[in-house]
Amino acid sequence: MWDIILERYNYWIVIALMMVGLYTVISRGNLVKTLIGLNLFQTSVFVLYISMGKIMGGTAPIFTEEDYDKRLKEGLADDQWTHLTFRPEGAHHEVSGHETSGHETSGRETSGQEMGAADHGGDLATGNDLHQSDMMAGNALDVSASSEVTTNSISNGIISHDAPIDMAQSSSLGLQSVADTIEVYQPLPRIVSPLADVIYSNPLPHVLILTAIVVGVATTAVGLALAVRIREAYGTIEEDELEAADAIAEFGTPSFPHETSAKGAA
Amino acid sequence: MMDHLILRVMIKLFFAPILLFALYVQFHGDYGPGGGFQAGVIFASAFILFALGFGLRTTQKAVPPSVLPYFMVTGLLLYAGTGVVTLFLGGNFLDYYVLAPNSHHNAGQHMGIFLVELGVGMAVFSSMLTIFYYFAGREPEISDEDW
Amino acid sequence: MNEPLQLISDFQPSANLMQFIEISILTLLLVVSIAMLRMRRLFGVVMLSGIYSFLSALFFVALDAVDVAFTEAAVGAGISTILMLSAMLLTARREKPFVPGHAFLALLVCVVVGGALVYATFDAPLYGDPMAPANAYVGQAYVDRMAVEISMPNIVTGVLASYRGYDTMGETAVIFTAALGVMLLLGLGSERGGRVVSDVPPEPEASPSSDSTAQNSTAQNSTGQKSPAPTANSPIGREDAP
Repeated sequence: MWDIILERYNYWIVIALMMVGLYTVISRGNLVKTLIGLNLFQTSVFVLYISMGKIMGGTAPIFTEEDYDKRLKEGLADDQWTHLTFRPEGAHHEVSGHETSGHETSGRETSGQEMGAADHGGDLATGNDLHQSDMMAGNALDVSASSEVTTNSISNGIISHDAPIDMAQSSSLGLQSVADTIEVYQPLPRIVSPLADVIYSNPLPHVLILTAIVVGVATTAVGLALAVRIREAYGTIEEDELEAADAIAEFGTPSFPHETSAKGAA
Repeated sequence: MMDHLILRVMIKLFFAPILLFALYVQFHGDYGPGGGFQAGVIFASAFILFALGFGLRTTQKAVPPSVLPYFMVTGLLLYAGTGVVTLFLGGNFLDYYVLAPNSHHNAGQHMGIFLVELGVGMAVFSSMLTIFYYFAGREPEISDEDW
Repeated sequence: MNEPLQLISDFQPSANLMQFIEISILTLLLVVSIAMLRMRRLFGVVMLSGIYSFLSALFFVALDAVDVAFTEAAVGAGISTILMLSAMLLTARREKPFVPGHAFLALLVCVVVGGALVYATFDAPLYGDPMAPANAYVGQAYVDRMAVEISMPNIVTGVLASYRGYDTMGETAVIFTAALGVMLLLGLGSERGGRVVSDVPPEPEASPSSDSTAQNSTAQNSTGQKSPAPTANSPIGREDAP
C-alpha cells in the first residue's frame, strides 16, 4: 500500500495541480486570474514531464569529469566515430568498406532499428550491422565493425535475438556486450549506462521543458497585453461585465436577447 | 533622489555582477547548467532591476527601445544563418559537423553550438526587455481607490 | 574498467530521504496553488505565483533537472512575476467577488478529468523507473552518444542546440514573434487616448465619444508630452517618447 502511494504520489499531486489550474481557468472571470491559472496548469505539466524523466539513483545530466574521459576513450576509436555524425563523400567509401558484407545480407529482416532518434542520415543500418556480426561471429572480427555493433545494440537497448556478439572480441575493446538472447519486443533487463558507471537522468524531458518555459512566458506576455488592451477598451477585465458591455453596445440591454428569451421560456 | 536610497545602492551594487553572471552562464553553458535562454533572461533581468530602481527613462537612455528589435532580428538570423552556412558547406541544415570537419574534438559542433546559443541569448534578451519596456511604458488608468 | 554489467531487472521503488523531500515540496506546491485559487487580491496572487515558481524550481533541482530549475527560477519567478505585476497595474488590482453560479459545472469537469487521469496513472511507468519507455531507449541513447558525437559535458545543452536544433530555432522564432505581438498590441494608443489616459473614471462604452477621442488623440499628437492629461502620478517616471 505504501509502495503504491509512494511510486505514484508525484502523478497524483501533478494531476491535482493541473485540476486546480483548470478550475481557475474555467470558473474565474477575471482575465488576469485566468492567465495565472493557465500558468499554473503549464507549470504542473512541466513538473509532470520532469518527474517522468527522473531515474532512481541517477544524477544531473552533466558528465562528471572522469566519466566523460572514460566515455571519450571507450566510446569509439577516434577515427571511427566521424562517420556516425556526418559522412563526407571521401570518407563514405572508406568507412563502408567495412560494411560490405552487411549490405549483402540486407535482404534479411532488419529488426534492430526501432529507434532512429540519433540516427544521422540513416547510415547506421542497425539491423545490417547486427546481421553482419552474426555472419562474422567466430571469424576474426573487424575492430570497427565490432565496436559499431556494440554501440548500436546498446543504444537501441534491444538486441535482435539472433545476434550473438563475440564476447571476447568486445571485451578486448573494453566494452561489455549485452545479454545473449533477448527477445525483440520484450521489455527485458536493460543496461542503464553501458559505457561507464554513472547513471544520468533522462536529459530529453529537460530539453523540452527548458525551451517550453521561455516560450510559455513569452506567450503569457501576449495574453497579458491583450488583457491590457481589453481593459483600455472596455474599462474592465471581468468576463460578465465585458459581455454586458457588448450586449449594451449592440442591443441596448445588459444581456443578449437569446439568453433572455431562453430564461423567459424557462 | 534620496528616497529608496538603500534599494538604489544595492541595485547599483548588483547590476554589474548580474551582467557578468549572465555572460558566464552564456559562455559556460557547455560545461555546466546554463545556455542561451537562461543567459538572455538574466541579462534582461539586470536591466529590469535597474528600471525598477531608477525609472524607465534612465534605463531607456542606457538601452534605447529602438535598438532592441535589431538585436532580436540579429539573434534569430544568427541562428538561422548558422544553419544556412552549414548548408552551403555541404552538410544538412544545422549540421555543425561541417564547420570544422575531421576534428578529433568535435570543434565543429562546439562552434555551431556557440553561435546558436549566442543567437538564442541575444533574441531572448532583447525580446524580454522589449516586452518589459512596453508593459512598463504604458500609462495605468486605474484609480487609487481600487487598491 | 571491465566490470560486469549493471543489470536492473525488476525495479523496486524504495523510500529514501530524497523522496520525502520531493513529497513535501509537492505538497507545498498544492497548498500554494489552492491559496492562489482562493485569493482575490491580484497582488497576492502574483506574489504567490512567484513562490510557486521558486518551489517548482526547487523540485526540479531535487529531480536532477538543474538546467530546467535554473530557467524556471530566472523566467518563472523573475520575468513572469514582473510582467504580471505590470499587467495587474494596467488592468485591475482586485478580482470581483466570486459568484458560485457555474462553479458546480467547473468542479464537475475538473473532477471527471482528474479522475480519468488518476485512473491512467495505474498504467503509467513508476516514478524513477530506469526501464520506463521514456527513459530506456531514446533518452539513454542521447546520453550514450553525447560524449562521442558532440563532446559536450552538459548533455542538455548538446541535445538542445545540436540534436534538436530545429526545435530550438522554432522556439526562438516563437519568442521573437511574441515580442513583436506585444509591441503591436501595446505600442499603439488605445481608442480612448491610449498612452496619455490618466486616472479619469472610464466613460460608459455606449456613449458616443468619438469626437472627444479624436480631439484627444490629435491633441496628443500635436502637443506631445504637454497633453492635457497629467502624467505626474505615474509610478515610474515616464513621458511619451516621440
